[in-house]
Amino acid sequence: MSKNEVAILGAGMHPWGKWGRNFVEYGVVALKEAIKDAGIEWKDVDFVVGGDTMRNGYPGYVAGATFAKAMGWTGIPIASCYAACATGAQAIEIARTRILAGMAQVAAVGADTTPKGFLAPNKGERTLDPDWLRFRLLGDEPDLFRSLRPAPHGPHGATEQDFARIKVKNSKHGFTNPNARYRQIYTEAEVLASPLVAAPLRLFEICATSDGAAALVLCSMEYAKKKGIAKPVRISAVSTVSPTFPNTIIDMPDFSTDSAAGIPAPDRSFKDSISYAAYQEAGVDPSDVNLAEVYDLSSALELDWYENIGLCKPGEAEGMLRSGATELGGRVPVNPSGGLSCFGEAVPAQAIAQVCELTWQLRGTAGERQVEGAKVGITANQGLFGHGSSVLCTR
Amino acid sequence: MSTSKQKKRVAAVEGWIDVDPKNPRLVGYKDDASGTYFFPKDVSISRAPGFADTPLREVRLSNRGKLWSYTTNHYKPPEPAISPDPFVPYTVAAVELTEERMVILGQLADGVDPATIEVGQEMELTLATLYEDDENEYIVWKWKPVSA
Repeated sequence: MSKNEVAILGAGMHPWGKWGRNFVEYGVVALKEAIKDAGIEWKDVDFVVGGDTMRNGYPGYVAGATFAKAMGWTGIPIASCYAACATGAQAIEIARTRILAGMAQVAAVGADTTPKGFLAPNKGERTLDPDWLRFRLLGDEPDLFRSLRPAPHGPHGATEQDFARIKVKNSKHGFTNPNARYRQIYTEAEVLASPLVAAPLRLFEICATSDGAAALVLCSMEYAKKKGIAKPVRISAVSTVSPTFPNTIIDMPDFSTDSAAGIPAPDRSFKDSISYAAYQEAGVDPSDVNLAEVYDLSSALELDWYENIGLCKPGEAEGMLRSGATELGGRVPVNPSGGLSCFGEAVPAQAIAQVCELTWQLRGTAGERQVEGAKVGITANQGLFGHGSSVLCTR
Repeated sequence: MSTSKQKKRVAAVEGWIDVDPKNPRLVGYKDDASGTYFFPKDVSISRAPGFADTPLREVRLSNRGKLWSYTTNHYKPPEPAISPDPFVPYTVAAVELTEERMVILGQLADGVDPATIEVGQEMELTLATLYEDDENEYIVWKWKPVSA
């Protein structure tokens, strides 16, 4: 058992969608829900972390101060962070370490929203910005969706049907989730009839960008006990690892991988190392995991994660998918929430939303999408530019 | 059009490419102490851990490698990407240079049908005009199969 545990006292979300309202609204709805769920009041919170929203072309950021101000200034310390898609995990980690250090008892963590449409760099002649240069010289960001992988099209020779099957699975999972944006069950034929985006991936196999927000209330194990909660859901590990040189898998926004000509590539790839660090810290084996929430920016990425987080051996992801093991009712359901496939991505909030789902699953309150008897859950995610993100929860 | 003055060929990003059509090369950097290559030069020091004090030497990277992966984009990318109107899908290839042990992205050369390329096949560097103005042609690198 991990020595570094904190309790999850409350979880809350604003439903994902394309609402077009002031973005602070979403965050506050989620945070108020988490506080209510925790059975505390805003004045009990002694630390706030905000996962920042970077909005290209919009003024300002959502940060820790934004939440603290919107809820009513109480003078407490705050922190703000940004780590692309891993923002939420870093916000959780800042709160956790502060609690473990004894410098806070009850911390609120929140984040929201993404600018709409296909992502694009900021305007202007930005010749020193690698993002801008990649659009200028290469077109778009093809590996955003992990379509750029070895083997004839996709990881280990996954078929078009495999990618479609993942969408079908996630659409069934998210169908009854009140926070999901897309609640429609798709057939394989419907997915395969959607337009190609980054071949072999199709429109229904890549995620949209959404408005949404997620928040958590974390506290020390001692505080949870004092509140009379005998068996809280615990955060047993948080991984925010970075790659080890040379990182030999191409990633945004780079034009090239690191060179392995001088220093050999590490035994464990960056993506394998993300959950590995969480398992090590928690003292949990991948075979103990009952469910996983993984970052399915595309169907191909979900398939990769099966291997990266040790749910199966390298090369076995397609077999695992086809066996039904990752569906609700299977050995280890993946993305029981419906995943990004049903939510769309609200970049900074997403890693927190993953932990909200684990919280409800481990409490046994996830309704029709409940994973029976779930005791151990893990999230996995990778923020661009080398931000690892994995949270392991137990109960 | 009587004064068909030859436009000057320049690299789309200064210092990244040798634009001589007879010997197109990407300009890379090497730290000789660790033996590591870099492209493009994004910092002035070696990023190999422990070698930050090693000066980077400008080198010309191999112009051949093996196709590691590729994908074809079927939607018009936003600015500042430059794409023809009407839009046609384009392919981005990832090619692993054997000597440098690094994968470098580039568009697949015009006229090469992505249905005809295969992971593992030998590719070579070629040049193409990304855009032009009154004075210059701005040159970018692309990948093409060695046989083509």
